[in-house]
Parts: sequence; structure tokens; C-alpha cells
Amino acid sequence: MAYLPNIIFAVILILGIGYFVRNIKKIIRNIKLGQEVNAKDNKAKRWKNVAYIALGQSKMVKRPVSGFLHAIVYVGFIIINIEVLEIIIDGLFGTHRIGQQVLPEWLYGFLIGSFEILSVLVLVSVTVFWLRRNVIKVKRFLSSEMKGWPKSDGNIILYFEVVLMCLFLLMNATDTIFQNTGSGNVISQFIAPWFEGVSVGTLYIIEKSAWWLHIVGILIFLNYLYFSKHLHILLAFPNVYLGSVEPKGKFNNLDAVTAEVKLMMDPDADPYAAPAETSEDDVPAKFGASDVMDLNQIQLLNAYTCTECGRCTSECPANLTGKKLSPRKIMMDTRDRLEEVGKNIETNKGEFIDDGKQLLGDYITNEELWACTTCNACVEACPVSINPLSIIMDMRRYLVMEQSAAPMELNNMMTNIENNGAPWPYNQMDRLNWKDEN
Amino acid sequence: MSEQLKVPTMAEMMAEGKQPEILFWVGSAGSYDDRAKKITKAFVKILNKANVNFAVLGTEESNTGDVAKRAGNEFLFQMQAVMNIEVLNAYEIKRIVTCDPHSFNCIKNEYPGLGGSYDVIHHTQYIQELMSSGRLTLEGNTYKGKRITFHDPCYLGRGNGVYDAPRNVLKKTNATLVEMKRHKGTALCCGAGGAQMFKDAEPGNKEINVLRTEDAIETQPEIIATGCPYCNTMMTDGVKFKEKESEIKVLDIAELIANA
Repeated sequence: MAYLPNIIFAVILILGIGYFVRNIKKIIRNIKLGQEVNAKDNKAKRWKNVAYIALGQSKMVKRPVSGFLHAIVYVGFIIINIEVLEIIIDGLFGTHRIGQQVLPEWLYGFLIGSFEILSVLVLVSVTVFWLRRNVIKVKRFLSSEMKGWPKSDGNIILYFEVVLMCLFLLMNATDTIFQNTGSGNVISQFIAPWFEGVSVGTLYIIEKSAWWLHIVGILIFLNYLYFSKHLHILLAFPNVYLGSVEPKGKFNNLDAVTAEVKLMMDPDADPYAAPAETSEDDVPAKFGASDVMDLNQIQLLNAYTCTECGRCTSECPANLTGKKLSPRKIMMDTRDRLEEVGKNIETNKGEFIDDGKQLLGDYITNEELWACTTCNACVEACPVSINPLSIIMDMRRYLVMEQSAAPMELNNMMTNIENNGAPWPYNQMDRLNWKDEN
Repeated sequence: MSEQLKVPTMAEMMAEGKQPEILFWVGSAGSYDDRAKKITKAFVKILNKANVNFAVLGTEESNTGDVAKRAGNEFLFQMQAVMNIEVLNAYEIKRIVTCDPHSFNCIKNEYPGLGGSYDVIHHTQYIQELMSSGRLTLEGNTYKGKRITFHDPCYLGRGNGVYDAPRNVLKKTNATLVEMKRHKGTALCCGAGGAQMFKDAEPGNKEINVLRTEDAIETQPEIIATGCPYCNTMMTDGVKFKEKESEIKVLDIAELIANA
């Protein structure tokens, strides 16, 4: 029976990590529904981006207040998690503060002391974040796409962090052995006196409860990620690595179109030639995207990485002038639809059965897509290299090339280009007239 | 512009067995739009003044296809691109300069994948180059002390990271450069990009060009400098909407330098 806590701990740990892995596999399966895309080029630039943008948070600090507070929570998250290592070892082997036994006293004190200071800083930052969302009401947290679940989600994450930090400090404050060493209890020594007069037995129970709740809380938080906007803490790194390393103005050329254009321009092409032998499952290429399966895998990873901070939307000229377009909503819609498709596949035993819905129309409207000026402000603003513009462009391509559904004025413009090589109805032969005009 | 502009075409050059040092890509706006044609002529004036051996394609130039691509019509874009590339490659063009950031971006970034690789630069970069090599010097002091604010075109700035060239050129005029709150990477679009130039805006509570003009007016400029024919139109309309046309001029950097 002496091993019961160890066994319970192991079971909780396995369940917690197991369920998380199961959901991560779902994410991978869903992302793989997208088109394959090559991002093997320019490795040096990609790693540099990871170092600067993801690890170094270079884009976060462009907005100093939220950037600074985020940096504290980010550093706190990474460093305090070293403590989780000790908790896991203690839990599995029944030791008590294994670090205290194997590390020099000053080092252990230094580590725990810095965790305690960071946890207080995290508490302060998280409180300011909560105030920004709920009291100061920063505009970008109030957009229409942030009503309901996305709003609660943002707050729940903050509550999680408060509870976890408090449990960590409580656990240290009520650990009499730890307090007696007098090393590393920089913050908890001020909490310990609150429990004066409490019997040693009760104190022990409080400490053990805080310890258990802390680790269980971390496991619940880990599993909450999948259901929340908070996956960026993991996905930001691959997402930044896979982000574009080309100039932002460069849009991809569609290979399927290139093949057709080459054929059209080839003077040796036989117009009466029978189509080449094709196997039966050869589907003609679809131009552009109307649903998540038409998007590429990086675009789908973008959707899971988005943490709905809204910096993109707050820089979008269309959104700033009251149009419906919000780049953040494009990312949220893409993820919602992808999750819907994923669930469809699960209920239909691994196969997607047409549900009569798609990303275009059911989630994202034509009005949103046509409001975009392709100015790249959203791409520039994203702290984790998400590209909402590429999704907008792929959906416009579908509207124009598959549905011929461009606004009338744009159809006129395109007809002009086709007929006389200019977006206006002027003669090609008049192109140099400016030279002699006064 | 009373003096005669020298505008040789590639066809003429070819007939004489000459090759220009640079091709001036005029673009559709620069060829047909009344306001943009003034920018084109101002830039040619600069090229003539600096004795640049350049040429234009003239009637052999066609729309880059950029605006069709941004509108979603990849077919039309690639058709235009392939036709233009055939002409450019036939003339063995190596270097291209243009006053239109959209043509600049499109030829520089999107033509190589279709067989057309050239060294493409924006006219503000070329003017900077002419100045630093001593081929172009400014004698006058037309703009000394004048407050000028520069509006970054999306496809020059964010799109291709060219922020300094236009500013360096403006500094040479001894004007006082003032920055809008949103500038360089966070500059607000004028509202014309992504084919918006050719359609009405979706329902909203303001026009984008008015919002951007308000950004500019905040800096109390005498001149709003642009580097894109579409931005120029949008900002000019914005200034008119704000009834400030008697106080604020909207000028392309080429026009500023041509008259400096």
C-alpha cells in the first residue's frame, strides 16, 4: 500500500499525457487533409526566424506593453516548468523535493527562488491581461468574432495561470522542511506566517493537496490547449519555421494554371490531340480554395496556431474602416471548419462524408474576401508568422476561376486587360501617346 | 513640360543595334492615366537629365497581369506574364526600372517562376542610385524647409522591404521629412491595392483613403509624397475630400525631384 500514491500518480500522468497525445494526433490528421507544400528551402533563414520571431519574440515587443507582459508570462512558463520535472520524479518515486537532495543547496535555493519571483511576476502580468480584456476593454478583444466562447476561452486561460501560480506558492509556503532551510523561499516566506498556529499535520495535508492540485492542474491545462486558442505555446515554433521566407509581396504562381497556359501558348501543341491517358482517380486540379481541404498544410497549421490576439485585425485597413473583413476571423473560421471536417471523419469511420457545407459561404462570405486590399498589414502584424492573406487569395481564386463570381467592375477590368492589355478600355496602340502629349 | 522628352523604344534601339542600360517599364497607369502620365514624364525628365541610356517597350508593353492576379484571376495573370516575358527575353532585357510598385513587385517576384528573371528596381531606388553615383545632382532649393510626409506604398514597403530609398531621396531636397504615426512596416494602405482601385469598396463607415489622408494631415504637411500612381490618386482624392487641396499637394517623388 505504500506505493499507492506513486501508482495513482503514474496513472494520472499516463492518462493526462495519453489524452493529450491522442488530440495532437487528431490535429496532425486534420492538418494532413490539406495540400502538401514544400518548405524545405532556405533552412538558415527559417532557423533564424525561429530564433528571432518565436524564441526572441521580436514581433511581440513591437507593442511594448503587451509584448513586455507576454515576455514575462512566456519566460515564467518555460522556467517554472523546470519545477514540473522535480514534481514528476517525486511523484513517481515517492521522494520529497529530489532537487534539494541532489543539487547544492545554493543552486536549489536559486532555482526555486527564481521560480517564486517569476510566479509573482506572472500573477501581476496575468492580472493586467485580465484587466485589458474585461475592464479597460482593449478594442481588438471586443470584435464580433470574439463574442461567446472565444471571449470565455481567453479568460479561462488566465484563470488557469492564476490558480497554478497560487498553488505553486502555497505548496512552497506550507512545506515546513523547505521553509526551515531558509533558502529559495523568497516569496513564500511571507505567505508562511498566514499558517501560523496550524498544526503540522494539517500543514502537511495542505502542502500535499497543493502539490497534487498543481500537477493535476498542469495536466488539465495541457489537455485544455487542444480545445482552446492556446495551442500557440507549442505550435508557434513549427509555424514560424514553416512561415514564408520570401518577400511578402510575392504571391505563389499556381502550377496547375502554368501547365494550362504553357499548353495554350505552345505553337506545336495539337489542338485536336486526345487527352493523355489518365487513371480513373485523376481529378482535374481545382483552382483556388472553397474548403479547408483545398488549402495547404501550412495554412491549416496557421489556423491551429492562431491565438486570436487580433493584432492582424487591428492593422487591417478594411477592418479599420468598418468593413466586415477581419483577418483573425478568417483564421478562426478556417480552424472551426477544419475541426468540423475532422469530427465528420471520426463519426464516419475515417472517411469524410459531404455535409453540404464548406468554408466559403458557410463560414467566410464573399463580402469579406472582396474587402481585402492585399496590403500585407495582417501578415506583418502577426507575432507568429501566420498568413491570413494567402487564404483570402486562394478563396478569391476559387471565386474568379471556378465560379466566375468576381464583382462586375472587376470583370470589366479583366476583360479590358484581355482585350487591350490595360485595365481601362484604351487601345494598345495608344500606349506610348503620353510621350507627345503636353 | 515644354522641353522635348527623349523616349527611345526598344524597337528603335534594336534597329540601331543598341542595347540600353535599363528598360523603363511604364505600366498601364503610367501610360494611360492622366495623373500618372505626369509622373511618367517627370521620371523621363530625370532620366534625360542624368543622360541615362534607357528605352521603353512602348506599344509592345502590356499590362503585367498583377491586378488580375490580386483579383484572383491567375489565368489572366499568367497569360499576360508569359507574353511580356517573351518580349522582354527577346530583347535580352537585364535591368528594369518602374514607377509602379505593383509592376515592380510582380516582375521582380512573380515573373521569375514563369521564365523571366531580371534585376528590377523601383524608380526611387534608381534615383537614389543616380544621385549617389553623381549622375544626378539637384541644383535648386525648391523644397528647402518644406514639410513633406512620405506615404509608403504597400508593395514597395511591406511587400519588398524598401523603406529607405524614397526617404533618402527626399532628404536630398533639404525638405523637412515628417513621419506619420503609421509608417514603414505599419503604414496604412491607401485603399487601392488588391484590385480595389477598380471597384467600389464594401460597405463600411469610412473610405480607406480618407483614413490614410487623415494620418497624413496629422503631420501638417505641405506635400504628401508618394511612390505609386495608385496611392497618388487615392491620396489626391482624400485631400480633396478633406477640402485641403489648397494647402496640401500630393506629388510623386519623381515629380518632386524633376522640379527640385
